[in-house]
Amino acid sequence: MSERPAPTEYHPRWFRPRVSTYWWLERRSYLVFILRELSSVFVAWSVVYLLLLVRAVSQGDSRYEQFLAWSDSPVVLVINIVSLCFVVLHAITWFNLAPQAMVVRVLGKRVPGRWIMASNYVAWALSSALVVWLVLGA
Amino acid sequence: MADQITLQVARYRPEEEAEPTFQEYDVPCPKDWVVLDGLNYVKDRLDGTLSYRWSCRMGICGSCGMTVNGEPKLTCATFLSDYAPGPVRVEPLRNFPVIRDLVVEIGDFMRKLSTVKPWIIRKDHKPLSDGEYLQTPQEMEEYQQFSMCINCMLCYAACPIYGLDQEFIGPAAIALAQRYNLDSRDEGARERLEVLSQHEGIWGCTFVGECTEVCPKDVDPAGAIQRYKLTAALDSLQAFLVPWSAR
Repeated sequence: MSERPAPTEYHPRWFRPRVSTYWWLERRSYLVFILRELSSVFVAWSVVYLLLLVRAVSQGDSRYEQFLAWSDSPVVLVINIVSLCFVVLHAITWFNLAPQAMVVRVLGKRVPGRWIMASNYVAWALSSALVVWLVLGA
Repeated sequence: MADQITLQVARYRPEEEAEPTFQEYDVPCPKDWVVLDGLNYVKDRLDGTLSYRWSCRMGICGSCGMTVNGEPKLTCATFLSDYAPGPVRVEPLRNFPVIRDLVVEIGDFMRKLSTVKPWIIRKDHKPLSDGEYLQTPQEMEEYQQFSMCINCMLCYAACPIYGLDQEFIGPAAIALAQRYNLDSRDEGARERLEVLSQHEGIWGCTFVGECTEVCPKDVDPAGAIQRYKLTAALDSLQAFLVPWSAR
């Protein structure tokens, strides 16, 4: 992007501070950022888990029972609980950032950021309610 | 309230030291004194060898950005009394090479800033006799927030991406590019996109968001970058789907 600056005759020796390997522990916001980035791994796992579930369902009752038994094992249970925490963190942090990335205009006026944020949460609540209704109500 | 406060000031004298050390100074702490007043007191009364940048003392020039108790701050807008009883640790802005004491090398930022052409670009200039280029208040509102940037570089000091990868063009340069892109009088968006759509441009940003948090003028560089990503992505999509469209 640009040439790296170099010392001159009058400024012969610069001090270049090194960024610590643990820079992400220096501020709470950096830590939240790293956790948010890490959450993508768990989001990916959730997708894989869902696909495995769909495959098991499509292969008949016995495979579905096997899948449920496997899901009941302590290791998978712990992975899924941790994944749920990270997916919730992922959703909340991105919903909160959405107003910065989105500029929405209605009738020529910019929609306030908190409305954009709220609309994400409302959509989340509605889709969760739909899933609950499908699983428990249907 | 304590009538004195201790400043722990980073000193780096390249002819004497291999790396910075800290020196303590006791300065008065009246309610209306900012950190810069404390440094000026040191310079005028206690130790004339201390080096730092400052100019306007009113949050306009963007010269006096430093790290105060670990946070990037404009020292002219940071009150000493907020840190009472102290001590207050004053260091140079992070992520920049230190030339001396609290003075950092800003050439990298200045070069990057010029690459995004932060000025109004027009294909044709209408004659002066035709008058000004008029704008509606709504058109001005589009870019006004980004025009508040004072190039203080606090956003660069807060950005861990810039700290880790100095090739990243950085928050303020992108926000200022966006300031002109969103200006109804400007026609240079295409030229800027070529610079900003590179990997070291907008795509280097991973949306930590600290640039916006520390900005003393509420510019929201993080927002500018994310909006620019959307523009660049739509542009790429258009080029892919409609390759014959005018670029």
